[in-house]
Amino acid sequence: MNPTPVTSPIISVKGLIKKYGDITAVSDISLEVPAGSVFAFLGPNGAGKTTTIKMLTTLERPTSGSIMVNGADPAKHPNDVRRSFGIVFQDPSLDDELTAYENMFLHAGLYGVPRAETPGRIKEMLSFVELWDRKDSLVKTFSGGMKRRLEIARGLLHTPTILFLDEPTVGLDPQTRNHIWSYLVKLNKERGLTIFFTTHYMDEVERTASNVAIIDHGKLIANDTVQGILAKAGSQTLEDAFIKLTGHEIREEEAGSVDHMRQASRVWGRGGRR
Amino acid sequence: MKTNAFYAIYILWLRQIKRYFRSRSRIIGSLGQPLLFLVALGFGLQSTFAAAGDGNYIQFLAPGIIGMSILFTAIFSGIEIIWDRQFGFLKETLVAPVSRFNIMFGRTLGGATVASFQGVIVLILALLVGFRPDAAMILPAFGFMILISLVFTALGTGIASLLDDMQGFQLIMNFVVMPVFFLSGSLFPLTSAPTALKIVAMFDPLTYGADGLRATLTGVSTYGAYTDAGVLAVIAIVFLGIGAWLFSRIKA
Repeated sequence: MNPTPVTSPIISVKGLIKKYGDITAVSDISLEVPAGSVFAFLGPNGAGKTTTIKMLTTLERPTSGSIMVNGADPAKHPNDVRRSFGIVFQDPSLDDELTAYENMFLHAGLYGVPRAETPGRIKEMLSFVELWDRKDSLVKTFSGGMKRRLEIARGLLHTPTILFLDEPTVGLDPQTRNHIWSYLVKLNKERGLTIFFTTHYMDEVERTASNVAIIDHGKLIANDTVQGILAKAGSQTLEDAFIKLTGHEIREEEAGSVDHMRQASRVWGRGGRR
Repeated sequence: MKTNAFYAIYILWLRQIKRYFRSRSRIIGSLGQPLLFLVALGFGLQSTFAAAGDGNYIQFLAPGIIGMSILFTAIFSGIEIIWDRQFGFLKETLVAPVSRFNIMFGRTLGGATVASFQGVIVLILALLVGFRPDAAMILPAFGFMILISLVFTALGTGIASLLDDMQGFQLIMNFVVMPVFFLSGSLFPLTSAPTALKIVAMFDPLTYGADGLRATLTGVSTYGAYTDAGVLAVIAIVFLGIGAWLFSRIKA
């Protein structure tokens, strides 16, 4: 199932550093993501994955280093970069009080999808993730897996060339995970969409990724094909290789304000993450 | 594919409107307080107010209560950004190829529209309770409603951009929203108030809102409708500027 790696880079990162005060979240990362690849970006919790994705997707500015995404620098031309990618965040980013269709419509407006094409495109994408029959349901009635599929459909609505996914399958059952990956692999194969994703499920990586990068403590410690990484670590499975390369120690992430609010909202019954 | 800035603003405006009209319980719930103020204070203080030679209290109070409900609705609409942050929707707007100013402007216009609409409903409620405004001046009064809405939605947006979560919310209620309401002359005539209170009220945007509503709806005013409108317009522009600046620094 592993596609052959392609060479020309669609994302290239050189000497990327991000510091928050004294803490270095990302420490001198350089890597290239080939166009049309399925790129797995792995690392233990707190390794700097999300921070790196934030810099690639214009949400954070690097402290130093250079980034090119689809030929543009996210720090200098954020809107050019923004038009070129779709993103599925670690946590849902839908408007629960709107319907699936309205969420898609809003996205189309924000991304300048031509108005004449919008209804057709929404129908195409919602059908692709098998949500067209639920288009008029409020998103708050959706299951976690349905929300993920809707987010993937939304992320693709403006025909990006790259799709970022930050732990797209966390908390989902094997059926839903399989379902979601079947869409993603299909998109990669049929449309040449570059997929850049993070996950803690190594089986997903083994089955889908053409390239793998592993970071730990903000540093890049491996960047190769799945086979290459297995050979390097002398392991049979990627899970084994991952633990060999990043150690056994458990990483604790400090709860941020969003986690606190999620906790509070659970207590006060406004929903929160499923 | 280029995003049309006006269309992006429109679509963010539309989102606020849809959310508002979809939550009927919120609309009805938010009418309880103004109705209570109108009935309890309006009828309760009626005879005292008349005995002091100030005339009909409902006539005086109703514009203040319209201003109050706009204040509350507008601030909450602005503060909704915190919910958007929690439910993740904020990130969807922050990675979109739309400038931060336009995002802020679109949702502020949406929030202000909702707040103005709320003002109109309270005006109708006041009519039912016995308020008798100058019918010819309803349109200029509506202009004041829009100005008050803009001022406080922008303020709410600015405050929400500074807050990480809802924990600061009580603080804002007690140290911003309530003082703005009670010190604005919405409930009592400033002309006969102590000087210290008059001076404090001069720095309260809602003072000019309530005074403008009163000037148009009942013909009674401390500063005059033109001064009120001018002051509010300047504050609205300043708050929109500050709010946009604070929102532009917001972190996903």
